[in-house]
Amino acid sequence: MAKVQETLLPGVGVRYEFTAGTGVRIGVISRFTGERDLLVFDSVDPDRCVLSIELDSDSAHTLIDLLGGSQVSQRLADLMTHVEGLAIEQLTVGEGSELAGRTLAESQVQRRTQASVIAVIRDGDAEAAPGADFRLEVGDLVVALGMPDAVATLAELLA
Amino acid sequence: MTLAAGEAPLALLEIGLILLGMGLLARLSARAGMSPIPLFLLVGLLLGRGGLVPVATVSEFIEIGADIGVVVLLLLLGLEYTGRELQQSMRENWVSGAVDTALNFTPGFVFGLALGFSFVRAVFLGGVTYVSSSGIIAKLLSDLGRMGNRETPAILSILVTEDLVMALYLPVVTGLVAGGPPFETAGTIVLAVAAVIVVIGIATRHGTRFTLLLLGRTRDPEIILLSVLGIALVVGAAGEYVNLSAAVAAFLIGIAISGDVARQARVVLAPIRDLFAAIFFVFFGLEIDPGEIPPVLALAVALAVITALTKYVTGWYASRRMGVGPYGRRRAGAALIVRGEFSIVIAQLGIGAGLDATLGSLAATYVLLLGIAGPIAARLVDRRAPRLPQLERPPV
Repeated sequence: MAKVQETLLPGVGVRYEFTAGTGVRIGVISRFTGERDLLVFDSVDPDRCVLSIELDSDSAHTLIDLLGGSQVSQRLADLMTHVEGLAIEQLTVGEGSELAGRTLAESQVQRRTQASVIAVIRDGDAEAAPGADFRLEVGDLVVALGMPDAVATLAELLA
Repeated sequence: MTLAAGEAPLALLEIGLILLGMGLLARLSARAGMSPIPLFLLVGLLLGRGGLVPVATVSEFIEIGADIGVVVLLLLLGLEYTGRELQQSMRENWVSGAVDTALNFTPGFVFGLALGFSFVRAVFLGGVTYVSSSGIIAKLLSDLGRMGNRETPAILSILVTEDLVMALYLPVVTGLVAGGPPFETAGTIVLAVAAVIVVIGIATRHGTRFTLLLLGRTRDPEIILLSVLGIALVVGAAGEYVNLSAAVAAFLIGIAISGDVARQARVVLAPIRDLFAAIFFVFFGLEIDPGEIPPVLALAVALAVITALTKYVTGWYASRRMGVGPYGRRRAGAALIVRGEFSIVIAQLGIGAGLDATLGSLAATYVLLLGIAGPIAARLVDRRAPRLPQLERPPV
């Protein structure tokens, strides 16, 4: 994967850019509002875009699809086929879940379910490999890894 | 406000006609690739006292609408950036920010003193010439397809630092105009500045929790619209009582609200801002007698030319610091020239505090000039045809 350079655009979003194999500099602005801009930089003046296409989130997804899925989801898919029988699932912490408001250590998730919590996504921010003192909240998206019935047990606890 | 029996339909008619006229002007300006703000000012000038068709029935509505307009403008300015973005930008770009302040506040301030303005009035005029129009610039960058350009982070970082300087400037000037003994004034200013710093600090660390406390976990646009607007108006009113001004209080609320709610609030509140900000611009024009403009025209032109140059230098310098090439530096300089909504907000605060009308007519003429000339300069500065990258082909 090419080295992607990341620049914060305050109030707008984040701009990512990289040099494609042919020497063309390509970029994407990921706006906070969910829209994307597809960028191609000028060959004479590398600070300028010759092409800047605004995409609403629907068109952006269509384009991603046509290009063959994002690298991250492609890798996740690879991982799942390589490790046979292992399940990765995204589970939402429900209102009535006994795990809500408690840390992973307090609720002894790992011991009780045999499933691992590998990431928690809250308000769009990901906490990778949350520690034992990480406290789950209602609405958190829990990414869990384990044998299918272990993940199913965790899903019940989170519901 | 209370209207006599026959006046209600008349009021509706007047408001409707004004909005319709403004819609038409906005359409014309969009077609010409201009910002409608200068045209809204013109509408106010033509309708107000000494203008062509004075409006009488709806002036109270416009006045309250204008107050709401200021609150919403500053609320959305605060919502624009997260506390973290403000801190990071300030750490990395404080040099450019300081250059911006020195180059663009000074001309207005010195001009004011030279005109025989009092110290406080000169500080207001400095504020008018200092702040670029972040609204017009964001629109301009999108329209010209320059959002992805490398000079754009430099432009945006200048706007962010201006935002922060405004957060300190506004409470200081409101403290200054409140008057009273020097000791008391100093106290008000220290209190206001402390409030700003505390809010930004809290927003950076606990913004999410604070937002949760205020609004819960709701994602419903209607609830967010009503709650955020309500909070801003209530806190704005409270701000007025403690001499902090509604504008500053609304700005702080905007900064304190964070995360998804802030993003969503920006989307749902944008049309509200467009409506009430437009009313505010008209109101500002209404207050000014068009007859006051010719005497200050030469001054305004001189001030506009000088501060267009100083802004150009600011953008040129800030983008050079970020390693942008010569063309990009020119684009950054030209993009920053335009002044708009916040120059008018500052002038309005001055007028509201009883500082005389030369400030108003001068500021209005100044914004008319740079509000129109700025976007034109930004367009003209780089008209080279785009060059698509040539792909290297293997020899056949």
